[in-house]
Amino acid sequence: MTRPPIPAAVGGTALIVLMAVLPLLNVRVPGILPGATYQPGALSLLALCMVFAALALSYNLMLGTAGLLSFGHALAFGAGAYGLGIVLERTGLSLWSALLVTLVGCFVVAQVTGAISLRVTGIPFAMVTLAFAQAASVLVRRNPWGSTGGDEGLSLATAQVPEWMVGVANTRNLYWVTLAMLVLVYAVVVWIDRSRVGHVAAATRENELRVRVLGIRPYAAKLVVFTVAGVLASLTGAVYLLLQSGTVPRVVSADLTITILVMVVLGGVGSRWGVIVGAVVYTVLNQRLSLLAHSDTVESLPAVLRVPLSEPMFILGTVFILVVMFFPGGIAGAARTTTRTRTRREGRDESPLAESAA
Amino acid sequence: MSTVVLLAVTGLGLGALYFLVASGLSLIYGLMHVLNFAHGSFLTLGAFLGWMVAQRIDATSWLGFAVSMLVGAAVGALVAALTELVLIRPLYERHIEQVLVTVGLSLATVALFEGIWGSDARFIRGPEWLDRTTSIAGAAIPNDRFVVIAVAGVVLVAIVMFLRHTRYGMIIRAGVENRAMVTALGIDVRRSFTLVFTIGGAAAGLGGVLASHYFGYVSPSLGGSLLIFAFIVTVIGGLGSLTGAAVASVLVALLQQFANYYLSGTGDFVVVLALAAVLLVRPTGLMGARA
Repeated sequence: MTRPPIPAAVGGTALIVLMAVLPLLNVRVPGILPGATYQPGALSLLALCMVFAALALSYNLMLGTAGLLSFGHALAFGAGAYGLGIVLERTGLSLWSALLVTLVGCFVVAQVTGAISLRVTGIPFAMVTLAFAQAASVLVRRNPWGSTGGDEGLSLATAQVPEWMVGVANTRNLYWVTLAMLVLVYAVVVWIDRSRVGHVAAATRENELRVRVLGIRPYAAKLVVFTVAGVLASLTGAVYLLLQSGTVPRVVSADLTITILVMVVLGGVGSRWGVIVGAVVYTVLNQRLSLLAHSDTVESLPAVLRVPLSEPMFILGTVFILVVMFFPGGIAGAARTTTRTRTRREGRDESPLAESAA
Repeated sequence: MSTVVLLAVTGLGLGALYFLVASGLSLIYGLMHVLNFAHGSFLTLGAFLGWMVAQRIDATSWLGFAVSMLVGAAVGALVAALTELVLIRPLYERHIEQVLVTVGLSLATVALFEGIWGSDARFIRGPEWLDRTTSIAGAAIPNDRFVVIAVAGVVLVAIVMFLRHTRYGMIIRAGVENRAMVTALGIDVRRSFTLVFTIGGAAAGLGGVLASHYFGYVSPSLGGSLLIFAFIVTVIGGLGSLTGAAVASVLVALLQQFANYYLSGTGDFVVVLALAAVLLVRPTGLMGARA
């Protein structure tokens, strides 16, 4: 907020340009990317990071802006992924028309679930959204009319998808599509945050009673934010389907919602840059920890150490607890504190005692 | 007729399991406004340790069964009390953070259980009588249903007696009604926080052992699957209301069983629809006083 807007915009544009030209460059980041940036392996990992970054941004719109702790975000994501997959398979529509149909459907889903679950607030809201997502998860696993493929998942019907988006050789193009989607999601999130509805939602987060006293209906603002976040998550889900050329029931499960929640809290609730960083860190860490679990170093440890270390979710869950307890602002909060401390040290040379008090 | 009786008793048994999980959730939420996602892990841990102890003694004897229930309850109580002291207490009054910590705990513990016991279900055996059936009105009903129902009934009566007739029970009830007032009277409500966690954990641990007999297996995902329905039960029953949780447990489980049988396996949806309907008509739940 206090940052002057122009340098931030310049920095953001520079980052987008850098991300856009990455597939044309030969950059190697050992330990993080599996290969050079022009190779499909690294590109698909980066694209996956961007999918989760966009998903985390949409979730942050709900939790960070409106203060809605939803446990049903996976429903929106899964509706996008499965919706597009089913529409492509069952109708002869081209990709773009199918995407439009899916998003309209997802809009209706978000409206209906939001309208019901927003009747309660706080923790009950979390439980109700969880129940909806659970119903969807059960539905997907049951495989109604053979549409979702059950536990096997659904693979992308490639016939209607433009040729330049299909196959490992075209990972580059999918990477660019994902980048465009991320930029679009970011723009919409900023737009909502700065709009009147966003302000009302943020005010409701701080003090719902005061908003009511002012004669504004918080319900409507919250529903708009819920719906926008839902549709954005569905768009992300649709891109995920294209990127992975298929989808599995896990994308509708409560696990996915919790994963997004971990990313957002890790990055810092309410900070757009923070949640993007959180999503990227989480995605990379998850991949690397799975490799660590099967490495010789871990295999040779005694059971007391080997068992916890070979479970990536154990490590991530523990990190998550520590972040919640000791770094409430997440990565963004820690970064802010560091910058502030440094500025103060350079500027006024304050005593360490005063700093720790602040 | 026999089908209806079978479905009703099986539904009651499932409702008893839901109640054992939901009672703790509802008390904890009522008093502390914490949604405890780690409650399923208390249940799973109780089930696993109860099973291990029963195997050491003799899983098919009544002694083994009784000891496994005691161990399950004790483990659940201990872990829940520790969770409250170590993770929840430092975040006093920060409800969202408290929920997040329990989410993290449930992630980490489920992964840990998978690491220790493997992610596959392990089939278990109890005393032989539990596997047999009793005939009521022509319906052959597995005996374990009766045990689950009886134990849940005892737990319900015990918790109600405790809340009605002991000093701590009164403090808890008063705290659910109006916590600020209790604190203003000079009573340290925080001590009762550990207490409700312990009671809830014990009920969940006991529920874990019984659930493993009801379903016939133990697995790291045992708690998670019951937890979601327990959440639904607590919302339908009214958060913070023990009687509400008891009534809603039975209603939800019966609804689920009958819908599964007569409406071709749609039990889970019917339950979620019921939740939506209750929220539309009565957002505070059947017996909830406040939202």
